[in-house]
Amino acid sequence: MKARVFVMLKNGVLDPQGEAVRHALGSLGFDGVEGVRQGKVIELDLAAGTTEDTVRQMCEKLLANTVIESYRIEMA
Amino acid sequence: MKAAVITFPGSNCDRDLAVAFESAGWQVVRVWHKDTSLPDGVDVVGLPGGFSFGDYLRCGAIAARSPIAQAVADFAGRGGYVLGICNGFQVLVETGLLPGALMRNAGLKFICKTVELNVTSADSAFTSGWAAGAVIRVPIAHHDGNYTVDPETMTALRDQDRIALQYVDNPNGSMGDIAGVLSENRRVLGLMPHPERAISPLHGSSDGAAMFRSLAGALAIA
Repeated sequence: MKARVFVMLKNGVLDPQGEAVRHALGSLGFDGVEGVRQGKVIELDLAAGTTEDTVRQMCEKLLANTVIESYRIEMA
Repeated sequence: MKAAVITFPGSNCDRDLAVAFESAGWQVVRVWHKDTSLPDGVDVVGLPGGFSFGDYLRCGAIAARSPIAQAVADFAGRGGYVLGICNGFQVLVETGLLPGALMRNAGLKFICKTVELNVTSADSAFTSGWAAGAVIRVPIAHHDGNYTVDPETMTALRDQDRIALQYVDNPNGSMGDIAGVLSENRRVLGLMPHPERAISPLHGSSDGAAMFRSLAGALAIA
C-alpha cells in the first residue's frame, strides 16, 4: 500500500521560493497569478496494514516541521 | 573543561569548531552521530556547521532525529551548555531545544561573506566576552538562515533578553534581524554566523574567539 504526504508551508508564513516562482511566471507573461506556494510531496511505500495514524506520527516526528509546515495525508 | 563536538555525515565545520575550542583552552572529544551517549565529564556540546545528511527533507531535520541528538537533548535538559552554529542551529530548532525555524534566505541565494553583528545580549556564557552593544565581524555561509518565529515567541524572546546577536545589515530576511538566540535558561545558543571561522587575524577577524574564551571563563567560575 502507498501513502502520499503533502507538506506545505502554513498560511501566513512567507514562502520565498513560491514568491520567486510567482515573479518568474509574471515575467513569462502569465498575468493574474496572485500567489504561489511551493510545497513537497512524499510518497511512502508501506507494509500492508499500516494505518493512517502511523503515517500521521511519521509526519509529526519527521516529515513536517509543524512550526512552519502543515501536512495532508492521502492513503491509497 | 571538556567540549564534545558532534560529527554528522555532511558536517564540514566540525574540525574548525574543535580547533576554536582547543585554542581557548578546552579539551575536545569528537563524537559520532551514531553514538548514543556523550562522554563523561562533558561541559559543553558543539553542533557544527555543514550539511548534515545532505540537508535532505529540511536542513538539520534528519540530524535532529539521530541517536546522539537524544543524548544532547537530555544533556541540555540537565542544564548543560550547547552551542549550535549554522547547520548546528538548524539542528537545534529541529530538536525543539530552541524556538522557531530557519527558512530559505529571502534573496534565495547562498550567501558567503563576513557580516557585522550587534551583540544584543552579553548576558550569557557565550556572549559575555563582548560588551553589550558591541559590533563584531564574523563570516556567514548559508542558504537557509532566514529565521522565523511566531509573534508570541518573538515577544517572549525580546522580553526575556534571549536575542543574543542581530545582523547590522540583515542579509537573509531573518525576522527581527536575528542572527542568534538563547534558550530560556540561557545555556543553549544557536547562531547562523560562524565564530569558529573568526579566531585569528589570518581569518580576517578574530572577533569570534571571545565566544570560546568567555564560555571557558564562565565554566571556570562555576
